Amino acid sequence: MKLKQLEGLLGSIQQFSNPKIDLEQYPTGPHIASRMLYTAENSFGDVSDKVVADFGCGCGTLGLAAGLLGAQHVIGLDIDDQSLEIASINADDLELDMNFVQCDIKNFRWRDQIVDTVIMNPPFGTRKKGADMDFLSVALKVASQAVYSLHKTTTRDHVKRTALRDYNASSAEILCEVYHIQLICSFASIFCVYPYIIDNISRIHSILLFFMVN
Amino acid sequence: MRLLTHNMLSSNIKGVANGFPLRIEVEKVVEKQVDFNADFLKNMFAKIEWKALVDASRSMGYSELPGDANPSMLDSDDFLQKFHHALLELHLEEGALVCPETGRKFPVNKGIPNMLLHEDEV
Ligand SMILES: C[S@@+](CC[C@H](N)C(=O)[O-])C[C@H]1O[C@@H](n2cnc3c(N)ncnc32)[C@H](O)[C@@H]1O
Repeated sequence: MKLKQLEGLLGSIQQFSNPKIDLEQYPTGPHIASRMLYTAENSFGDVSDKVVADFGCGCGTLGLAAGLLGAQHVIGLDIDDQSLEIASINADDLELDMNFVQCDIKNFRWRDQIVDTVIMNPPFGTRKKGADMDFLSVALKVASQAVYSLHKTTTRDHVKRTALRDYNASSAEILCEVYHIQLICSFASIFCVYPYIIDNISRIHSILLFFMVN
Repeated sequence: MRLLTHNMLSSNIKGVANGFPLRIEVEKVVEKQVDFNADFLKNMFAKIEWKALVDASRSMGYSELPGDANPSMLDSDDFLQKFHHALLELHLEEGALVCPETGRKFPVNKGIPNMLLHEDEV
């Protein structure tokens, strides 16, 4: 699928009708969402034929983008049932078969190694301090290949450092900086975090890469 | 919810040591056709818990999967077709997932399991 086509389809889906500010419910716009998933697929091969989880999926934008790019199994997780209901309608409209689970990411437990890639636009923690890091820590436990995550630019060093030091990421790379026209955040970067297992005691090694997108 | 999702979920109640697999209570099952992808299935075979999948598919009324399976079966198209159907095409639409240790039920409505915990379970 072409990038423009993907962006067009994402632009047509229904978004939060009454966003809950406490849950930081703002959607990823079609421009950013399409590029984020397009990069994950075309530069890193982390989407098509993969098992992809969308953490804090809201109305499903990122997970649906993964489905449109050929992910084999997509699971959207969110704490809010109203968002999940909209996401599920969006999936039907796009004729995508996406799974959803209502849960709090913070205390969600999962069997490891099945999910290849986690994609997310987590709450930035402007309402609940540390929410972004809760998401990242769980994402890095669950993903066996990669995590693509949007973060506030001012937290970049902290996010990178913590992912590498405490969450067993093997690399943390800024793929691009994007300008969000949003009420809550004004600037965000896309991080790509790779966890891999170097030896049988699961020791993790790190590399840093950088990628710019217009 | 596909049984692949079920195969990853586990009860996350505080104090529960082995919350996997969740038992399935069925009210309604739906089937949705999915394109067959043999490579995906072969790759998944090593990752999923076979017995949990067999039991789950049986509770959903599908009893074609063999109780034991090994990688050599992946050469059989017949086996792959059944595996495909159980893993990806059977959906729990209404019912519940039950914690194997505590019996706590997590309801499933419109295909979406609610795994949210009560305050005293966190
Ligand atoms: C910034 S929005 C992103 C929505 C969607 N992924 C998108 O990109 O358009 C963050 C989402 O995380 C959800 N959320 C917030 N806290 C959560 C938690 N503790 N567990 C699960 N989901 C949560 C919100 O309901 C919201 O849908």
